[in-house]
Amino acid sequence: MTDAHSTSSRPPVRDWANDWDHLDPRWQADPYAIWDELRASCPVAHTDRFLGAYLPTRYADVKAIAYDTAHFSSRRVIVREHRPEQASPAPPITSDPPRHKALKQVLLPPFTPDEIARIEPKARRICNQLIDDFIADGGCDAAQRYSRHIPVRVIAAMLGVPEEDGDLYIRWIHEILELGITDDDLLWKAVGEMTAYFSAEIDKRRGAPRYDLITRVMEARIDGEPIRDDLALGMLRLLLIAGIDTTWSAIGASLWHLARTPSDAQRLITEPELMPTAIEEFLRAYAPVTMAREVMEDTEVNGCPFKAGQMVLLSFPAANRDPAMFARADEVLIDRKINPHAAFGLGIHRCVGSNLARMEMTVAIEEWLRRIPEFRPDPGLPITWSEGTVRGPRSLPLIFAAA
Amino acid sequence: MPESTRKIHVNPDKCQGHNRCKALAPELFELDEFGNAREVGDGTVPRGLEKKAALARANCPEFAVELAGEDRR
Repeated sequence: MTDAHSTSSRPPVRDWANDWDHLDPRWQADPYAIWDELRASCPVAHTDRFLGAYLPTRYADVKAIAYDTAHFSSRRVIVREHRPEQASPAPPITSDPPRHKALKQVLLPPFTPDEIARIEPKARRICNQLIDDFIADGGCDAAQRYSRHIPVRVIAAMLGVPEEDGDLYIRWIHEILELGITDDDLLWKAVGEMTAYFSAEIDKRRGAPRYDLITRVMEARIDGEPIRDDLALGMLRLLLIAGIDTTWSAIGASLWHLARTPSDAQRLITEPELMPTAIEEFLRAYAPVTMAREVMEDTEVNGCPFKAGQMVLLSFPAANRDPAMFARADEVLIDRKINPHAAFGLGIHRCVGSNLARMEMTVAIEEWLRRIPEFRPDPGLPITWSEGTVRGPRSLPLIFAAA
Repeated sequence: MPESTRKIHVNPDKCQGHNRCKALAPELFELDEFGNAREVGDGTVPRGLEKKAALARANCPEFAVELAGEDRR
């Protein structure tokens, strides 16, 4: 049955404006060309696949939909083949107003810049331990041996669970965010395993609180009442799912860019003060996260009708490439000064972990450039990309030092 | 030296805590316990920080940072 997951068995897209499919191999290989063409010809595309879904590609439309929480609900945030009833609530990302705010306020305080700065030394140590393991080899798959492990180990430390469980988390996330788009059974199995895992971790802390995120979530009060177990478990699932392959992808895409653009790598080494604008530019140009909304009642966005019951693929990455919003939108300019990008979303669902993601990206790139200043793609090995909701390199073979 | 009359203000209904303003102009912004920004003091932009104030406004993804007034020359 493993072939059932293969996207190559899907009918090829015949027309991106009326039959788009984000699991099509052409999307996986290069979505930017597809979005650019749609933005110019049919800025809100539609497909009958996935039980019906829209695809806006202009910044203005993506923003209007993100802000209109009355018509566009977050109760489903992934475009899947089927619509399982509340597949796996992961508050607050799957919450709408008025419930959303109180739920989000549980998670915000441990993710402020000051709190995240306390974790930075640990992130730097993790990066250096990873580099120690492969630097003598003269090359490595940077997605599998470097970028993949950094967010897993950091979020495990924050949650208060063993770093060694990282492989388990990576499998669950693959099953929920990629394979689970077309395979309901696998989706439910992964959600069930995750829930059981966190239930056990909560039980360990009953009467024995620790200084970690699991304790914080289980002891949270919402509107003065103790948090319900199902909400706490949903939040913990979210913290694990949202914090891992997203940042894995962002670090990987940044390294991919620097490997192919050694002049930018050298510039960051000689002008380290450019790091903040470079990180924001990598976030804009290679934004990894696409969310979704469900249309709750018929409405219009900038003159385009949206029908109730349909899904919307809310492509922040496409919005970030809109030339109406960003000058030279298709170029990566590491010193771009004006860059109000939407990589972390727009409106009330702004990514809770944005400060953590920025810190991890910055530390991962800084430590890599410090220890491996010269590197390039290995011409003999393929680079592969994820599919579905989060975009980033899953295999990134690099050779160290100039040829 | 004449005082600057340029003032910066974070619209609390628009701010979603992206933290771009605080990163670009830490002298001009502070964060609450949830990471949402507000201007320091009454928002007066001291001389020499006009450029940072303008950058903070231009980079806010929610367009929550408002800048009013002109330098008195």
